[in-house]
Amino acid sequence: MFIDPHAHMISRTTDDYEAMAKAGIVAVIEPAFWVGQPRTNPGSYADYLSHILGFERFRAGQFGIRHYCCIGLNSKEANNEPLAEAVMELLPGFAVKESVVAIGEIGYDEQTDLEDSYFRRQLELAKELDLPVMIHTPHRDKKRGTSRSMDVVEEHGLAPDRVVIDHCNEETVQEAKDRGFWVGFSIYPHSKMTADRMLNIVQQYGPEQLIVDSACDWGVADPLSVPKTAALLANGGIGEEAVRMVTYGNALAVYGKSGQMQDADWLQPDAIDQRTLYQGNTILRGGQTPRVE
Amino acid sequence: MPNLETDTAARIALLKAWLTPRLSSEQTAWLDSQLAKVADAPDSSALAVGIGLAPRKLGKADLALSQAELQEAENIRPDLDPTGWSIDQTARMLFVLASFDGDDEAFAARLGRLVAQGEVSEHIALLRGLPLYPAPAKLVPIAAEGIRTNILPVFEAVAHVSPFPREAFSEAQWNQMVLKALFIGSCLSPIQGLDERRNAELAEVLIDYVHERWAAGRPVSTELWRCVGPFTRKRDVGDLVKVLTGGDDQEKQAAALALAEAELPETQQALQAVPELAAAIRDGRLTWSGVKA
Repeated sequence: MFIDPHAHMISRTTDDYEAMAKAGIVAVIEPAFWVGQPRTNPGSYADYLSHILGFERFRAGQFGIRHYCCIGLNSKEANNEPLAEAVMELLPGFAVKESVVAIGEIGYDEQTDLEDSYFRRQLELAKELDLPVMIHTPHRDKKRGTSRSMDVVEEHGLAPDRVVIDHCNEETVQEAKDRGFWVGFSIYPHSKMTADRMLNIVQQYGPEQLIVDSACDWGVADPLSVPKTAALLANGGIGEEAVRMVTYGNALAVYGKSGQMQDADWLQPDAIDQRTLYQGNTILRGGQTPRVE
Repeated sequence: MPNLETDTAARIALLKAWLTPRLSSEQTAWLDSQLAKVADAPDSSALAVGIGLAPRKLGKADLALSQAELQEAENIRPDLDPTGWSIDQTARMLFVLASFDGDDEAFAARLGRLVAQGEVSEHIALLRGLPLYPAPAKLVPIAAEGIRTNILPVFEAVAHVSPFPREAFSEAQWNQMVLKALFIGSCLSPIQGLDERRNAELAEVLIDYVHERWAAGRPVSTELWRCVGPFTRKRDVGDLVKVLTGGDDQEKQAAALALAEAELPETQQALQAVPELAAAIRDGRLTWSGVKA
């Protein structure tokens, strides 16, 4: 069983869902993010949030995959102030909805003043609503941007064990781990992180606090990154329990703090969910061993 | 003329009476205080927050009503069918009812906003509540939008086990609902008023649909013939005879029932080819309720 704790399923196909279910993925977390081009009004942002909480959640359920969301204003669109202000008004109402496991993904892109201001306001919102946080670390000026993100989280008094620092790499893992945060790695083919580098990281740092995700979106990404990385780690000599932690258990531990995600959701779903939102995972139903081709 | 305010109060009392014995005193206290906030300020965020938090505060167990409780429903709201309702869904309906302040236009607008910004389980709950809300005529556009979805449980929240479509839909809306049910793989038997609202236009559209499906080599739902029955035209008899002779047992039964309901000399003659089915229909051993989808 795997969890992919960062997947933009709204831009993926049904083939992906089929392959993910077959490979043993039982749950995905879809963080609200940029959709490849800017939204120009708050109405389209509201529709996007209700889309990922609505149709996308239903679509995942048809393939036996449980779907959760992070709700937030992303860093790129934080630079459009009129839009950002209106979105901030919308966020509290969406963040308390069923299946929302965190505020995210939030953080820095260019590290502008506006990005900083909306990042801080959303950290306050997470505190107020008692929700975990998923932090997107910037692609450019990554090392300093990551340190700065953690400084700001601490400044606002959030416990690091409720915060995931995502898109980490060899340069940022040590600091994030030492400061007590969860450390996310997006196994994304042509940028971010690769599975073989991940093996070295798990060997060097151990499985505690580390979380593997695919970050699959509209780009050339691999929705099977989590199960593939698990296979590669196992072949590389990482023990079963450690593989399970980085591809399932750690993500469940941190996002489960929302009270909105527990293993019973896919192992023993509520009767009402079974009738309406969730078709059941064929792998779990059939009792077969999950496999990756 | 029904009195909307008295009716609404009775319906609020009904749902509260169902919930209270199923909740802890702490849960009841939360529900009561949130209901009071909604009633005080129907357009404040209290309504959306109450609806959003209901599952995590109250749980999602089935209501599982007793016979006595169901009888009470029949007294308060004839034909209300709470089959499959859960505790959180019932609480969500209760919040909507509590927001009614006598202004039916404002009520319809408020419900429209809630649905527009709802996640998928909220859609299901809000739409299942349609037969309970005041000012039903103003809510028809919301119900009509609800059956435009391709999310099966949302569609069925409007169409199934509810007196709302039978009482409020125009013929065109009704026909759209029946046809759409067949298109998205839903079933017809849980639709209230299925026989009573049959009409010639629907029968004609369904026969066209049958021809289209047969041309594509695809099966049609056995239940479809129920909506053709009394509106069978002379030129449709050939199609029914085709099913009567070439279909499986279920299809043969459905074709025979449709022929029996059509009062044409040709249909009565066609029935003579299946004397056993004709006899079973005559003495009431075979009815539409015995035909499976």
